[in-house]
Amino acid sequence: MLRLTLLSTWVGQFILGSAVVASSACATTPRADHAATQPVQTDAAEREALYRARLDSARVRFTGADVRFMTNMIGHHAQALTMAKLAPTRGASPTIQVLAARILNAQTDEIGIMQRWLRARDQPVPNVDSASPGRMSPSGASGASGASGAHAAHAMMPGMLSDAQLAQLAAARGEEFDRLFLTFMVAHHKGAVVMVDELFATDGAGQDTDVFRFASDVQVDQRTEVARMELMLKALASPSGH
Amino acid sequence: MDVLMTSVATLFRNAVLRRAVRPIAPLVALLAASTACAPSTPASSVPTPGGMMSGAAPSPDPRIGLRAGVFNAAEAAWNLRLVSTTPPSDAFVGKWNSDLAFLGNYVIQGSFHGFQVWDISNVASPSLVKAFECPASQSDVSVYKNLLFVSGEGMEGRLDCGNEGVATAVSKDRLRGIRIFDITDIRNPKYVSNVQTCRGSHTHSVLVDPSDTENVYVYVSGSAPVRPATELDGCSGAPPSTAPNSALFRIEVIKVPLADPTKAAIVNSPRIFTGLVKPPTHGMAPADRAEIDRARARGAFIAEVMGETMVLPDQFAAAQLAAIVRQRNGTGAATAADSATLRAGIPAIVAQMMGPTDANLGPNQCHDITLFPAIGLAGGACEGYGLLLDIKDPANPRRLAAVSDSNFAYWHSATFNNDGSKVIFTDEWGGGTGAKCRDSDPMSWGANAIFTVANGNMTFQSYYKLPAEQTAVENCVAHNGSLIPIPGRDVMVQSWYQGGISIFDFTDPKNPREIAYHDRGPINASTMETAGSWSVYWYNGVLVSSEIARGLDIFELQPSAHISQNEIDAAKTVRFDYLNAQGQPKLVWPPSFARSKALLDQLVRSNGLDAGRISAVRTALTNAERATGSARRDALSQLATTLEGDARGATDGAKVRMLAESVKELANATR
Repeated sequence: MLRLTLLSTWVGQFILGSAVVASSACATTPRADHAATQPVQTDAAEREALYRARLDSARVRFTGADVRFMTNMIGHHAQALTMAKLAPTRGASPTIQVLAARILNAQTDEIGIMQRWLRARDQPVPNVDSASPGRMSPSGASGASGASGAHAAHAMMPGMLSDAQLAQLAAARGEEFDRLFLTFMVAHHKGAVVMVDELFATDGAGQDTDVFRFASDVQVDQRTEVARMELMLKALASPSGH
Repeated sequence: MDVLMTSVATLFRNAVLRRAVRPIAPLVALLAASTACAPSTPASSVPTPGGMMSGAAPSPDPRIGLRAGVFNAAEAAWNLRLVSTTPPSDAFVGKWNSDLAFLGNYVIQGSFHGFQVWDISNVASPSLVKAFECPASQSDVSVYKNLLFVSGEGMEGRLDCGNEGVATAVSKDRLRGIRIFDITDIRNPKYVSNVQTCRGSHTHSVLVDPSDTENVYVYVSGSAPVRPATELDGCSGAPPSTAPNSALFRIEVIKVPLADPTKAAIVNSPRIFTGLVKPPTHGMAPADRAEIDRARARGAFIAEVMGETMVLPDQFAAAQLAAIVRQRNGTGAATAADSATLRAGIPAIVAQMMGPTDANLGPNQCHDITLFPAIGLAGGACEGYGLLLDIKDPANPRRLAAVSDSNFAYWHSATFNNDGSKVIFTDEWGGGTGAKCRDSDPMSWGANAIFTVANGNMTFQSYYKLPAEQTAVENCVAHNGSLIPIPGRDVMVQSWYQGGISIFDFTDPKNPREIAYHDRGPINASTMETAGSWSVYWYNGVLVSSEIARGLDIFELQPSAHISQNEIDAAKTVRFDYLNAQGQPKLVWPPSFARSKALLDQLVRSNGLDAGRISAVRTALTNAERATGSARRDALSQLATTLEGDARGATDGAKVRMLAESVKELANATR
């Protein structure tokens, strides 16, 4: 937690930044600021070194808010996986199964993106615990937030299901499962959109291209999926209504 | 009603999963390396005698197993030749290249770091004209005459083009919207104006109205969250039900006076999504369609439920028919008239079941809008929907039709065929940074969907997805492309990020086929790093591709069984003064022998005309080409007349008529 607090300032960003730069190939390659004025075209090997150095230095421009967003969103996504994995064994309709399969595919990949982002910036990387899906656990010795801390963070995230709600979903079958799945997933997705809004409302956040792209994509993809699920929910509600 | 309700639920449960699963492609040995800057050797380069050679793609697919590398990855190509690869100028190395615009001999390549201007007079060796540093994501670019438009969406874009980002969430230094440059002197672009928008500009499209010579219009699509009103006056992210001025559920139309671009301003924010609540649907697989057809043939009752065509269970239909018989105070079996009553009543029954529509559902932005002013239409790729828009009144686009598809995660872009009878929408599932072409990813996800367009409506025909599996470290999904102007055919070239570029023929919209490709190995063998072709467009005889990390690639078509030399020559007769792919130009082929010979090659390929006649027509064309003046004109006129006669008995009469027309135009153009 101390580390995250430190990171939430621009000071933290620069401390980290210098650490990354020092450990990269920057020492032997032109600095980004001066590269533009170099009149001579570099050869392929030098260009590749420059490419790597640029990627390294681009990893410096982040804040604690970015780190918190990426860390928390892993936990948020992990719970979506837990929900989606239920579909095949709970008698979900084919439409819901397709939806669940796509959520599973998309959010598994996105967890990978977030983990890579954190790892590349020397931040604690939460694992998605396969034994207990939906729970995060810290990885490696650098884990600053323990499992209980991660769990506590979950509870505060918008759209997260309570344990009771998860159990309710797991116990449901057939059309009842479909309805609960859509209801909970709409709320869950809307929570992710709120997390993106909160990120962009934070000073200094989202300057990192990867974070901006990723957060924007999460926002549009999940909003698009919310609209789709609301229609599915409506259609599901009508025929079995009165 | 209870019976129907239960039945619909059953129908949903019984609906078939329409996932296409691709076969596991075999692994192959690595291809020989080729270096980045040297012209590459084509993987297959063969002359084509009238398109009679084998068209089989190399097997196993050489795109699988390519060695990784930043500037020295292994490559595979089929029916394409990489003419040149030009790495980014130093300041742009390690930044993301984005979209392309073309003006004369110049290519303007957007970048998250600004834009670069290349002179491609010599396609083998493009030269850098200007590297303009002005960071913003994603710097989508368009040109018109002396103006360059650049999109800014991210939080880091600055009005002063500075590199340092914007440190606060609310700032007067931030640019999210459209930057306007005067490129009268393209070596020295002048930043003349901005138009700030509430959601920034992810992409934009420039509309050149054929009837307005004083202005151009820029349609802005911005999908990022809404800016606070404290940063840009009047912006609200609340839903329209509580905030009539909401920046959600609308696009922005900017009017740019050509005489004074500093007066560019938003003139309308049309709410083109209102009432869009068509539920998700997807095209039927051929097997499903056949099943419906069989059911229809045996007289079953068919319903459109949730956008899906479904066969009503016999038991349910019988109950409904019995109710109709009772209603007319009849007895016994239902009559043909009762069946007709039920058939006519099904849509109303379904509509009643689905309840009233909700105005706040549906997409609230578009990702990209492709404007096709020559036919007065636009294709809007808008979150969960593909829209067909009427754009004859530029400031007031009007929605004609909408389609959705449960296989589509995110509608990304649109491309029409040249007569506007087809439109291709892409699904950028995963946002372009995900690996969505793995063996395990369905062929109907992250793909193109091909629709036919008639009377303002769109009808799904098929999916097309890059048919070569990619690794888990290669971002890959359908992305930007354009038509290749081969007369008589619908052919598109398209970027698939690290999946490379793929050229496919969709003349038969139900059976799109790949006919050429180029691919590189991953940029990083061990971890996902964003790279690959962002966009590839045909421009004046070559294919120009913006590679996110590696630079600017230029390709040439190689003749093959799928594309003849005559077809390539005919494609090269189409010349543009400028090109913005999202402002789709109408392709016009000037009269040429190449065009007629290309059409003749197509008749060979399809056996569309008797072989003896084809041979005679080819000889006649050759002789006419050797002749000059009135002798040529008379020979061509005579040939055109003969061909009109041929068309009546030909297997492909339409193509023969097209050929006759092209020969006649050639005759009329002969002096």
